[in-house]
Amino acid sequence: MIVTYIGRVIKAGFTSFWRNGSVSFASILVMVLALFMIGSLLFSQVLLRATLDAVKGKIDISVYFKATALEGEIASLQASLAALPEVSEIEYISREDSLAIFRERHQNNALISSSLEELGENPLGAALNIRAKNPQHYENIALFLEEGNFPVIDKVNYRKNKLVIDRLTAIISGSQKVGIGITVVLGAIAMLIVFNTIRLAIFTSKTEIEIMKLVGASRRYIRSPYLVEGFLYGAVASIVTTLLFWPLTYWLSPRAVQFFGFDLYLYYIANIFQFFLLLFLSGVILGVFSSFIATRRYLKV
Amino acid sequence: MLGVFRVSFSLPFNKFLHMIYFENVSKIYNAISVALENITFSVEPKEFVSLVGQSGAGKTTLIKLLLAEEYPTEGSVFFESLDVHRLLSEELPMVRRRMGTIFQDFKLLPAKTAYENIAFAMEASGRTNEEIASDVPQILELVGLSDKADNFPHELSGGEKQRVSIARALINRPDVIIADEPTGNLDPLNAWEIVRLLGKINDLGTTVLLATHDKDVINAIGKRVVTMEKGKIIRDEKKGRYVL
Repeated sequence: MIVTYIGRVIKAGFTSFWRNGSVSFASILVMVLALFMIGSLLFSQVLLRATLDAVKGKIDISVYFKATALEGEIASLQASLAALPEVSEIEYISREDSLAIFRERHQNNALISSSLEELGENPLGAALNIRAKNPQHYENIALFLEEGNFPVIDKVNYRKNKLVIDRLTAIISGSQKVGIGITVVLGAIAMLIVFNTIRLAIFTSKTEIEIMKLVGASRRYIRSPYLVEGFLYGAVASIVTTLLFWPLTYWLSPRAVQFFGFDLYLYYIANIFQFFLLLFLSGVILGVFSSFIATRRYLKV
Repeated sequence: MLGVFRVSFSLPFNKFLHMIYFENVSKIYNAISVALENITFSVEPKEFVSLVGQSGAGKTTLIKLLLAEEYPTEGSVFFESLDVHRLLSEELPMVRRRMGTIFQDFKLLPAKTAYENIAFAMEASGRTNEEIASDVPQILELVGLSDKADNFPHELSGGEKQRVSIARALINRPDVIIADEPTGNLDPLNAWEIVRLLGKINDLGTTVLLATHDKDVINAIGKRVVTMEKGKIIRDEKKGRYVL
């Protein structure tokens, strides 16, 4: 009996979904817009996070040595740095490398090039680029270098970069928070619109519900097909939305790579199942919930 | 001995023995709009009762109270000894399945075909698919609509729609048929057709409560007539006619 019951409810939901084609179409359209908004906000969050990670990855401490520093002295400092638990990676840049990098950076500047030629010898010292395991560890590493009073060190650029890095981090995490705020607000608006669309769609069924009650149908039997319809709105809308993002991310991807250094299309393809699942759940919950609330009003005896 | 006599004497007034029993029912919308005033009347099993009166006399309110669509301001309405306004929300549908309803505006589900409209009433009362497949074509034949089974209500004439709604009212073999102005939207020929069908249903043993203001219909039936005016019952005759 329960199988017959469920079968009837599902069939009634599908039939009504199909026969009220224009209402279903309108509801799905609005739901697609809402889900599209949720999806776009999701992608923009991913982009922001990727940017933040990229910036954080660029943080390091550079130690510049005096030109007179001996390689042995530098090597012993490098060894004691490597012994610190916070340090993950140390890159040694020799005096020659420094010069090469400097030349390359200023190759279009004739004045600098000719000054170097005039100087005749390499004015630059060697350097160490230190990367910590965690951004919070830089403070300790910087303290170690500063308090050690190593005579061979010319300067440590941490303090100067820290300001810029801190500010950048604050901006990005700030915009991420704002982004979450916007996501929540826009998501709520989208849900309200969907909710109202479905409610209006069901309000036109007011007399229908009354007739069903008079014929002696139980509340559950009247309501369930509407819930099935709400489910279908959400399911179809989530499929449509997921498919919409395919050409969109494909088109946006080259621009995103250029601007954020992040491949949206690849991300979309790699996460398409989770992405679809999220939209599907949002759509289905929204559809079923809206139908439930909308029918409740007319089901009161 | 005297006690026994008194008990048996009071039996006809015992609310538990009637099919339908209105006990001192009043419905007051507001101080200047009193729909029903202290109505007490009963319908016995297998009776054919016509409820007559002009528009606004209270016929529809009375029927709405019986179907528990509305609540009385005072008094109680009993259907087979059950107070319909004190039922739990899951009990009410069970009681409604035992009352077949027919309305002036047919109240068919617009998005369902004639067949589906009738089948819906059976599905709602939890009948099996086999029962539905065998009963619905039978009843469609009975009301002469076998060839219109797959038509939607908007594709049917008024008379055809009313016959679908009668078929739907009958399909669950109800104890009583409640018809509120069933001929109101029909031409005389179709109206007569419907009344004859109701008579036949009554002959087969189903109680019928018919509310109407159609004089010709009442006079042709020649059964009990309850006349209402301004929310009160002013006449109740065994073989009545329409008199106002």
